[in-house]
Amino acid sequence: MRQSLAAKIGITVYLLVLMLPIYWLINMSLRTNTDIVSGLAIFPHHPTLEKYIAIFNDPDWIHAFGVSLTYVAINTVVSVTVALPAAYAFNRYAFVGDKHLFFWLLTNLMAPPAIFAMPFFQLYYAVGLFDTIWGVALAHCLFNVPLAVWILEGFVGGVPREIDETAAIDGYSFPRFFIRIFLPLIANGIGVTAFFCFMFSWVEQLLATNLTSARALPFAAVMTRAYSVNGMDWSLLAAAGVLTMIPGAVVIWFVRNHIAKGFALGRV
Amino acid sequence: MTTKPVNNYAWFFVLPVLAFVMFSSIIPAMTVVNYSVQDTLGANSFFWNGDTAFRALLNPTTEIGARFNDALFRTLAFSLTCLLIEVPLGILVALCLPRKGWAVGISLVLIALPMLIPWNVIGTIWQIFTRADIGLFGAALTGLGLPYNVTQNTISAWSTIVVIDVWHWTPLVVLLSYAGLRAIPDAYYQAARIDGASRWATFANIELPKLQKVLVIAVLLRFMQTFMIYTEPFVVTGGGPGSATTFLSIDLVKIALGQVDLGNGAAMSLVYYLITLTVCWVFYTIMTQLERRRDA
Repeated sequence: MRQSLAAKIGITVYLLVLMLPIYWLINMSLRTNTDIVSGLAIFPHHPTLEKYIAIFNDPDWIHAFGVSLTYVAINTVVSVTVALPAAYAFNRYAFVGDKHLFFWLLTNLMAPPAIFAMPFFQLYYAVGLFDTIWGVALAHCLFNVPLAVWILEGFVGGVPREIDETAAIDGYSFPRFFIRIFLPLIANGIGVTAFFCFMFSWVEQLLATNLTSARALPFAAVMTRAYSVNGMDWSLLAAAGVLTMIPGAVVIWFVRNHIAKGFALGRV
Repeated sequence: MTTKPVNNYAWFFVLPVLAFVMFSSIIPAMTVVNYSVQDTLGANSFFWNGDTAFRALLNPTTEIGARFNDALFRTLAFSLTCLLIEVPLGILVALCLPRKGWAVGISLVLIALPMLIPWNVIGTIWQIFTRADIGLFGAALTGLGLPYNVTQNTISAWSTIVVIDVWHWTPLVVLLSYAGLRAIPDAYYQAARIDGASRWATFANIELPKLQKVLVIAVLLRFMQTFMIYTEPFVVTGGGPGSATTFLSIDLVKIALGQVDLGNGAAMSLVYYLITLTVCWVFYTIMTQLERRRDA
């Protein structure tokens, strides 16, 4: 399908509108607090990198950034890896309790966090996972693993069953078939799932900040410094916000070809 | 559609998933059930309270029941509004996105950006962005002569939260739909072209049915998130003006943490949880039935 002119104009307009608040965030990050509160400025009159420099010179921010990246990466890899065989099983086989189990997975995303969070922290404290990177990565599996199973199941369903059968007849063992033939076929599903796992783990704040105290303090926790007794540090928060977008943007840049990968039948 | 072969060994494929999810889910959930039937006088002294908290909550003549009733309808209306805007818009954008070339990567990155910002920062950007004196959005609307005021005007507050949610989360629908569209084999489009199908017919008969599974996930996710929306109204409107944007989660936090009422808070959590579960289950069952009927 060719992209028509109307589609091009529509996309451009959508992207421009989408970018306005983000432009505002960048704008705010380049201004001082007094400047932000004093009046409307479409362009920063005296742009300053002061807050960015402050963030980069503070070991707490750098450490927190590394911590966040580490648990998000662990979580993404674990979630996608355990979800792949499960998604295949749910789509291809009938087994005792399959439908209920599949729906039960989703119910783990439904709990209102305010009350459920308290016993959650007690549990992690009791088993010694409090204030560890692995603890946060594991906690985020609660919502990312079900999400990954659900998204991947949809993409597994898009692959015709005949392909599995043909591969079996051609003498492929199951693991070899799964890795060599099947995974490339659902590459766009894996790409988009990996991105969503990364994203949901990256922006999650309640569990990440409350499950940690010092060693594994995530970026979001250090960010709360912007809300101090002396009032809001708008431009510091904006600068930190701009920086938090970067890793996710890099991730989607790397998986872009997978997400946009066309499905060509018969090239198995 | 051929029926799936029965194979109970498939359980082994699912076990790792179960282990990871159950570790974090069972004990907290049971503890909440435990709280919901108890009352506390603080300092860890709990006593049995039976179903009192549930009765009060579901009876609209009590104070807490009336609050719950109002917040529930407000939240349902909000979820529905967001879904009705985000899903069609998301599909439309996904259809319009380029399919190959340099523009693909850039479009995808830009579309993903709003989702990558931590939620408290999103609230804070919009808090400034919607102010009439120092924010672009607020200044533009006031400049057009609209009576726009997030903290005092109910319609402004409501529509602002909807706009924030649409801005923030339509990209999720776009990305899912786009990946789903790309997973449709080319052969289907070729067949449509040979049959001389119109653009609309191609969409309604090929693309939409093939997108169904992805869209079910998008709708369920968006429903669950909008139903439990907290950060945006908390930061931008504080639940006001009056109680215009006091959605369920805001009310819950006020009761559970503000008034330190664990029993009522836990009962409320469980009731929300069951409502979400029921709505999702009904929606999911209908969609699965539709799919089965189409394939039959």
